[in-house]
Amino acid sequence: MSSPTPIQQAAARVAHEDLVVFLNACFACSGQREFYSDGHQQTVSIAFLHDYIRGNYRRLYARSLAAGVNHFNQGRIVLELLSHSRDLDPETRREEGQLCRAVLRELPPQRAYRVLLGLRERGVNNRRTRAIVREFLAQRRDLAFDALKYRSKLHGLVRHAHPPLPGELGPFLARSWQARRYSTPLLEQFRKAHYAAEAVYELPFTVAEGLAVKHKIPRALFLQRIAPRLTAHERLRLQTAAARADVDLDFDLERAPLTRLALHILALPPDDRRARSEALHAALAASARRTLQAAPLPLGKVAAVLDRSYSTAGSRDKPRRPLAIALAVDQLLAAAAREYMSFWTGPPPADPLLLEPRGQTDLATPLLDALAWQPDLVVIVSDGFDNDPPRGAGEVCRVFRSRLDPARRTTIVHVNPVFDAPHLGPKPLDRSVPTVGLRDAEDLATVLAFARFADGGTSLAELEDYLAARANALLSRHAPGAAP
Amino acid sequence: MTRARDTTTPGIALAGLRPAPAQQWGGVRMIPLIREHVRHDLRITRRKLDAHVVTVGDGTAYCSFMPHAFVLDWSDDGHPLAATGGQLHGPGSQTAKPRQTALVHRMAKREDRNALRFVPLHLAMEGFLALHFGGPDVAWTEYSREAMSRGLSPRRERSVAGMWIDGLAEALRVFEIHDTQVGVLILVADALASAFVLPRPEDYRELHRSLLSDFYGELLYQYGLLHPELARIDLELDATQIRDLAELRAAVATGRREWHEHTLLFSHGLLARTTHWQSVYRAGPFHLRRFIGELNPEHEGHIGEAIHRDDGSLEYLKTYRLSAAQVRRAYLLQQLANHDWHLGACAEALGDTVKGLMLRLKNAGFAYLLKPHLLRGL
Repeated sequence: MSSPTPIQQAAARVAHEDLVVFLNACFACSGQREFYSDGHQQTVSIAFLHDYIRGNYRRLYARSLAAGVNHFNQGRIVLELLSHSRDLDPETRREEGQLCRAVLRELPPQRAYRVLLGLRERGVNNRRTRAIVREFLAQRRDLAFDALKYRSKLHGLVRHAHPPLPGELGPFLARSWQARRYSTPLLEQFRKAHYAAEAVYELPFTVAEGLAVKHKIPRALFLQRIAPRLTAHERLRLQTAAARADVDLDFDLERAPLTRLALHILALPPDDRRARSEALHAALAASARRTLQAAPLPLGKVAAVLDRSYSTAGSRDKPRRPLAIALAVDQLLAAAAREYMSFWTGPPPADPLLLEPRGQTDLATPLLDALAWQPDLVVIVSDGFDNDPPRGAGEVCRVFRSRLDPARRTTIVHVNPVFDAPHLGPKPLDRSVPTVGLRDAEDLATVLAFARFADGGTSLAELEDYLAARANALLSRHAPGAAP
Repeated sequence: MTRARDTTTPGIALAGLRPAPAQQWGGVRMIPLIREHVRHDLRITRRKLDAHVVTVGDGTAYCSFMPHAFVLDWSDDGHPLAATGGQLHGPGSQTAKPRQTALVHRMAKREDRNALRFVPLHLAMEGFLALHFGGPDVAWTEYSREAMSRGLSPRRERSVAGMWIDGLAEALRVFEIHDTQVGVLILVADALASAFVLPRPEDYRELHRSLLSDFYGELLYQYGLLHPELARIDLELDATQIRDLAELRAAVATGRREWHEHTLLFSHGLLARTTHWQSVYRAGPFHLRRFIGELNPEHEGHIGEAIHRDDGSLEYLKTYRLSAAQVRRAYLLQQLANHDWHLGACAEALGDTVKGLMLRLKNAGFAYLLKPHLLRGL
C-alpha cells in the first residue's frame, strides 16, 4: 500500500476539520434564537453546514445520524438524505435507508412526523420515500392515538404519500368525519368530546385542552380530572400552573430527565427554591445518578468551571438553558467523579439552586482556581463569550498548555451549550482546548468521548471508524429480531 | 458673563470609579465603571415624562422631545435610602382632555424637601443653546435688526435618538452589567459618545436601558453606519515570562488593570480638556452643575451635567458629544463675543477676511444675524 501524497494528507485533514465543525454544530444547534444571535442567523448557518457536508462527505454525513447529534439535526439529516438521493449506488442507498428508518423510529413522534412532512414541502414523493412512510406508520404502536394527537401531521402525510390506513382511520381523517359513529373507542371518544364535556377526560391532554375551552370547563377542574392522562413531561411542565390553580399533580421529580429538571428548578421563583431546597437537591442528585446508570462516565479528579453570567439567560426560545446545562453538568460530574469541585464565575454561590443569570463573564479567575487544585480533568461550561478581560480564559488555557503543562497531565475540555451562528459552531475559547457543543447534559459522556476528535490529535481514519462503529450500533439496535 | 459660581477645571476626574475591561458588540464598545465604595444616601430614579416644552425661567422656553426626567432623592444624615411601599397612580388622572402639550416648569426643580426633579441631558443642552443667546452687545452696522432686537432666538440644534444609532440597541441588550457597576462609557466606532455615572449599582441596573432613549450627536449616527465592526481588544499574555500558576494569575490581573490606560486613551477628549462648569442646584452635600468642554473645531467637544459630593467624588455624570458642526457654531459665537461682536477684529483674529467670516457665519446657519444685502454679495 503506497503512503498518501501530501495533497491527500491535506485533503484528509480538511475533511477531518469539516466533520468536526459539523458534528459540533449538530450537538448544539436547534435552529432557535440564542442570546447573541437571532433565529434567522441560526437557520441560515446550520442550513449551509448541512448542504456543504452532504455535498462533500455523503457517507460520513449519513453516519453522523448515529453520532449522538440532537433531534433537530437528526431530523434535518434524514430529510436531506431522502430528498437528495438520485445518483446513489444501491449499496449506499440501502445503508442510508436503514439509518433513516432507525432514526425515525427513535425520534419523538412529533419530530418524526415533521421530518416526513418536510418531504411534502420539498415536493419529494418517490417509491422509496413512500415505502419509508409506510414502514414508519406500520411500526407505530397505536395509530388511532396518533390520529388524534398528531391529527394534522398524519393527515398531511396521508395526503402526500397515500399509505394504506388500517380500520376506520381513513374516514376519520377525511372531511366529513363527524357524520358517523366509530367502533374504535378512542376515535368515538374524540367525536363525543365535541358534544359532551364528560368525554373530554378520556383524550390525550393536548387534544383535551382545546376542547375543554370549547366546553368552558374551569381550568382547575380540568387539570384535576385530566391528571391520569398526563405524560411525564406534561406533568413536569404543568407543575406551576397546577399550583396556581390549587391542584396537586403529584409528580416524582426524581424521575424527570436531568436537563429538564434543572430547567424546571431555575424557572421556580427564588422563594420557592429556597423553601424546597432539600427536596430539589435530592431530586437533582437522583436524576444525575439515573443518567449515569444509562450512560456510565467513570472519572477521577474533576474540576468544573461554570458560567452563570447574564448571557446564560439564553433567549426567549431557550430561557435560561445555558445556565440549566451548567447546573446539570455540575450535578452529573459531582455524581460521576471520584473527587469533584465546582468553580462558578462571580462570587461563590451559597446554594447552586438559587443561581440567577447575572453579572459579567470572568472565566479566567475560576479557571485559575480550578487549575491550582490540580485535577485530572477540567470541564469548562460556557458560551465562550469571555469579557472580563476579553479572551482571559483563552489566554490562560494557551499559556497553561504551552508553558505550565506541555505533558498534558491535566485535560481541559470546553463544553459549549450555545451555537454561535457567525462561527458556524460553538464559540471556542482557544485553539489549545477542544470545544464541543452540548444540547442536553445527558449527552455529556458522548461529547466528552468526541472531544478527542475536536482536539485535532486524531486522523480522519479514526473519526471514520468511530462513526462507523456508532452507526453499526444504531443499526444493530433496530435489526429485525433485536430486542425492542 | 462669568459669574461667581462658575468655575473652570482642566477636565473631569472620574474620582472613586474604576474602569473594567470593555465589552464590545458590533461598532459599539462599552467600558463599565465600577464604584468601590457605594454610599447609599443618594439615589436617582426615572420618571416617565412625555413633555416637549420647558420654561427656563427668564421668559425663555426650551422645546425638545423629553421621554423621561430623573428624580434625585437624598438624605441629610447619610442614612441609606429605600423606597417604602408601592406607589400607585390612579387611572383617574388619565381622563380624556383636549390635546395639549405638557409644560415642565424649570429644568431642575425641587419637588419635596429632599427630592429634586431634573431633565437629564436637556439641562446641559439648554446651557449650550443659551451660550451668547442675547446676540450682539454692540450695534455694529452689519447686524440685522432682528439680531439686535431678539438675539439668537430661536436657536436650534439637531441630535439623534439612541435607537437610531446602528447597533446601539443590540449592544445595550447583550451588555453584561457588573454587580458593582454604577456607570458606563459608550464608544461608537471608538469615539466617546457618552459617559453615564450614577450613585448606586441598583440605579444603574434600572436606568441601563434609558441610554437608548437619550439623544446623541449626529456624528455618532454616521459613525454607527460606517463602522459596523471594530477591532477586538483582547488580553494577550507573554508566555515566555510565565513559569508557574501564580505568575499566570498575576499576568491576568495586570492585563485587567491595563484597561485603566485604555480608558484614559479613549476618553481623553472628555477627561483631559478644559471644562467650564456652571452651578445649577445645591442639595445638601451635593452640587448639581452643568459643563461645556473646550470648544475648538480641531478637537471633540462634550457638554453634560454632573453631581459632585462635597468631598469631590463624582456621584452622577451624563455627557453629550457635540457634532463637529455644533462645535463650529459655538466656536464662532464665542470668537465673536470675545471681540465685542466686531466682525473685522474677529476675522483678523481668525486669520480670515470679513467676507470670509460672513460666509462662515452663513454656512453655520447664522445668516439671520447679518443684514440681507451683505449676504447677497457672498
